[in-house]
Amino acid sequence: MTATRTVTFPAGIVEAGLGTVTREIPASEPPPWPPNAELTWIGKDVPRLNGREKVTGATRYTVDIRLPGMLHARFLRSPLPSAELRKLDTSAAAALAGVRAVVVLARSGDRLRYAGQPVAAVAAVSPGVAGEALAAIDAEFRPLPFVVDMDEARAPDAPLVYDEASVPKGNPSGFPAAPGLPVVGNVRGPAVVRRGDPAQGFAAADIVVEGEYRTQVQTHSCLEPHAIVADWRADGLTVYMSTQFTSGVRQELAALFGLPLNRVRVVVDGMGGGFGSKSQLGVYGRTAVELSRLAGLPVRLALNRHEEQTDAGNRPGTSQRVRLGAKRDGTLTALAIESHGTAGVALGAGIGFFAERIYTCPNFETLQHDVFVNAGPGCAMRGPGNTPGAHGLEQAIDTLAERLGLDPLALRDRIDPSKARREERRIGAERIGWSRRHAPGADPGPVKRGLGVAQSLWMSNVQTNVACEVRVLRDGSVEALSSVQDIGTGIGTVMAQVVAEVLGLRPAEITVRIGDTEFPPGGPSYGSRTTASITPPLRTAATRVLAELGREAARMLNAAPEELEARDGRLRVKSDPARSLAFRDAAALLRTDRISAVESRADDYPGFRRRMPDAAMALEDLGGVQFAEVAVDTETGAIHVERVVAVHDCGRPMNRLLLESQVQGGVLMGVSYALLERRVMDRRTGLMVNADLEHYKLAGAHDTPEIEVVILENLQGSSATDAYGIAEPANIATAPAIANAVYNAIGVRLASLPMTPDAVLAALGKTGRS
Amino acid sequence: MNRFAYANPATLAEAAATTGLVAQAMVTLDEGAVLKAGGIDLLDLLKSELLTPSVVVNLRAIKGLDVIAQDATGNLSIGAMATLAEVAAHPLVRASYPALATAIAGAAGPQLRNVATIGGNLLQRPHCWYLRSPAHHCLRKGGGHCFAIRGENQYHAIFDNHACAIVHPSTAATALVALKAEVELHEAQGAVRRLPLEDFFVGPDDDIQRENALRPREVLTAIRLRKPPASTRMAHLRQGEKAGFDWPLADVAVVLTLDLEGICREVCVVLGAAAPVPHRARAAEQALLGQRLDDATASDAARAALRGATPLSHNDYKLALFETLVRRAILATLA
Ligand SMILES: Cc1cc2nc3c(=O)[nH]c(=O)nc-3n(C[C@H](O)[C@H](O)[C@H](O)COP(=O)(O)OP(=O)(O)OC[C@H]3O[C@@H](n4cnc5c(N)ncnc54)[C@H](O)[C@@H]3O)c2cc1C
Ligand code: SF4
Repeated sequence: MTATRTVTFPAGIVEAGLGTVTREIPASEPPPWPPNAELTWIGKDVPRLNGREKVTGATRYTVDIRLPGMLHARFLRSPLPSAELRKLDTSAAAALAGVRAVVVLARSGDRLRYAGQPVAAVAAVSPGVAGEALAAIDAEFRPLPFVVDMDEARAPDAPLVYDEASVPKGNPSGFPAAPGLPVVGNVRGPAVVRRGDPAQGFAAADIVVEGEYRTQVQTHSCLEPHAIVADWRADGLTVYMSTQFTSGVRQELAALFGLPLNRVRVVVDGMGGGFGSKSQLGVYGRTAVELSRLAGLPVRLALNRHEEQTDAGNRPGTSQRVRLGAKRDGTLTALAIESHGTAGVALGAGIGFFAERIYTCPNFETLQHDVFVNAGPGCAMRGPGNTPGAHGLEQAIDTLAERLGLDPLALRDRIDPSKARREERRIGAERIGWSRRHAPGADPGPVKRGLGVAQSLWMSNVQTNVACEVRVLRDGSVEALSSVQDIGTGIGTVMAQVVAEVLGLRPAEITVRIGDTEFPPGGPSYGSRTTASITPPLRTAATRVLAELGREAARMLNAAPEELEARDGRLRVKSDPARSLAFRDAAALLRTDRISAVESRADDYPGFRRRMPDAAMALEDLGGVQFAEVAVDTETGAIHVERVVAVHDCGRPMNRLLLESQVQGGVLMGVSYALLERRVMDRRTGLMVNADLEHYKLAGAHDTPEIEVVILENLQGSSATDAYGIAEPANIATAPAIANAVYNAIGVRLASLPMTPDAVLAALGKTGRS
Repeated sequence: MNRFAYANPATLAEAAATTGLVAQAMVTLDEGAVLKAGGIDLLDLLKSELLTPSVVVNLRAIKGLDVIAQDATGNLSIGAMATLAEVAAHPLVRASYPALATAIAGAAGPQLRNVATIGGNLLQRPHCWYLRSPAHHCLRKGGGHCFAIRGENQYHAIFDNHACAIVHPSTAATALVALKAEVELHEAQGAVRRLPLEDFFVGPDDDIQRENALRPREVLTAIRLRKPPASTRMAHLRQGEKAGFDWPLADVAVVLTLDLEGICREVCVVLGAAAPVPHRARAAEQALLGQRLDDATASDAARAALRGATPLSHNDYKLALFETLVRRAILATLA
């Protein structure tokens, strides 16, 4: 055990009255920070440091990288949803002028399980030659029976996606499936989570509500496609990749190609979205590296939009039967969910975690099933499980409130133990004007307005295997380094704020170097954990270099090092600020060109629950409550989301501008999920017919509601910075808040997503002839 | 996308004082030449291999094709190369043909309207997702059957949809047909023909592989609009899933004249996104003629507009949607 000491942290919701919590922390860590009001840079509106580069197009993305001699790679993919590969002969392709390498990914006799499954890949001197090489591959596919629709796949006589022997055990989406689940036909499960006695809970209920909810398959639709430039050389491998996890990809590559870690480098600069789909190396990444190894030249592989939509991950579609039992006063007596979800040929369609955790209910049961269909594998996507899960449960809670004659907020006050969400409901209700909310469908006239609310829950995840370095150079300039990647959230700016806060400098004076495994491992940018994981060791490292610098300065100022503080670009004696030294002059006293400190994340705070080897869950759940105001035209079926008020917490807010931008993105993605997006599979051909961004409809500027963001400062005393993430919570509550608002507007519930005009007209009984 | 040559006949700009020369120049071009106006749809057609030209001829550099002007009699000529943004913002269009301005201003999105031309808009190919998918060799591409009729047809036609269920993709066309516009076409030999836009469009029963009567090496040079009588009223309404950057699920143009008593004497009701060509709702027109416009007559006409519709498995919501839009568009002409 490392040495510790006991300190008192400020704790609680600052806006609602602050308390304290006393903890034992590692002795190497700095003392707790006070609330943001007493800090200089933390929690302030510091604009994104690379914002200018982004909006002027100067930012370099992986797809922009061109290396000398670089080859271009393309995939041959299965054209059929289910097929036996009868023949695969790549010799003619390999012999074509300009073709430098060919990789075979399936063998003759193999079963191919979805349209778009990679079969082979080529690398050639130009994309055009690569295309000609694909045409020269002699491949024969024998069509086999297939099923692409989840309901059809559940039928007893449905074509089987897997036979017993081939059912995947692991799970590419990163959620380990419970081992030993039964598989019947295309259905795997149920995975059961139970507490208490649900049957008795329902028997004891005064009222039981039951509903069936459906969510569609959503694709990640990152604006920057999955892309990699792999450069295999005799002395090691360098990979430029659009990835959410540089050091994870490095681990994967080292293991896969038998390379020592010190011969593998992974780099990412600008990144145009990941949302969970760029968490791993993936088949495309592996293939590009293999092609580079074979060709001895750099290889660029970037998926096109069709490939993005069919084989770059997706959020599983679900159907959920939700039952709630409650006493007259709203107290829940039982909650049961049976769900089916499809992640295509992959596992991981579970939605139960949200319901398991959010409300107090003694008797609980989820029965969850994965349904295989002949479609591209799903994977984690912004708030995986909880986003579809919230859509079902939050509508069921709304229904229960109505049946009980309770306001939806009052019901939640009774059953939701989270203090943060209670405060968020209060603030949000005030901002949206909840008191205006009328009875369902009460507006006269064809255009009806409504208000709705829904809640979010997410884990406060922390990566424990995380480190970073802070350097002070002899000219007084400062660097912060970590392999952590900025996937668009602005983590580099937050890092500059942390270092500036500690060293008494301005954020713009800190050079942040990230997105490169040459630097200490930064952890992944998924699970809303980046800020929570990277900022505490960064603060500790900055504190350590400052101490070292302070030793030199203290001598000059005739003070003890502990008497110094760093402020406004100077080191000064706390009791006598007139005795001070410019930061730059202090650095000039250094004996060497630079000093540096590398620190890693302390992981022995009490309350930490280790979930995976490198990851833990911190003290409390993250909250979030969103309110939506909609106008529904009952004669056209059009829903207009006019306003969303999003009230969230994420521990200590580090940068309000960036947080607002994350919440706006989450809300917009939620609007898109609620109203527009869906993967459309043609049942007769088994192909996705909207594998583009024209018929696959994403919300854009015109569809953006007025979004009002409120972020609480909810201190927990759980790390040296006390910061958590926001990206996923911001996405979870939006669709059910809109659905509840639509119900409030028209008095009819739309249980399925997306809520398109045809769905609204159908719900109103207005399809067909009048 | 196949390899092609790119021709940018800038030198024609001087020579082409009369646009007929453009067409003449086309004769010298390859059989496989295609024209590029804004290039918005062209790029998609190339990517989906619906077009595999040997040469792409850019019309951009040719002067005079984008002029919007009134002749002595007050008729308006809109050059085919005028961008959607220019047409929508033009004072003469806004003053005399507000339904056209509205239709165009609501089409696509601002960036697209800045580049896309009115000619290209009328000549864009349908956006049936099977047509645009190289993996589906459907009737319209010379294949054996229509995938949409028994497949995913939520965005498809509710009229004239027994053979091929595309909807005509041009929103501008909905308004222009209602305004009885004419197109001016320059043939290769320099001959000019004019025909009503309504007759220019070709339905699947006439030729399932084409959407209009444009001949090889013919150029659409202008759209002509009669000066509307002073008593003309008009409206265009659309409803989409997205509020921008998307085609409408349904759009409706109504152009009518009222006499001094407020009785409807002339009327044209056109539905867009309803049929393979802009769809004249003649029953609705009949229902309105001789009537005073009010809620009741507008509702009757709206119901009549949908008579004879044959919705498919996933698009019967369009009946209610069109009925609403027709009724509202009729009433909007009074506003
Ligand atoms: C996201 C999105 C949303 C859209 N929404 C709408 C909408 O709501 N409503 C709507 O109407 N449209 C919509 N569009 C379509 C868009 O308006 C058309 O693609 C555009 O108008 C085409 O014009 P263009 O000048 O770019 O034509 P091009 O792409 O250059 O040409 C189209 C075709 O016409 C031919 N051609 C062009 N000009 C001539 C000419 N003068 N003579 C002979 N042949 C010619 C070309 O050879 C080509 O085959 C949308 C497009 C996108 C991408
Ligand atoms: S509707 Fe027309 S274009 Fe679409 S699949 Fe059918 S035949 Fe082809």
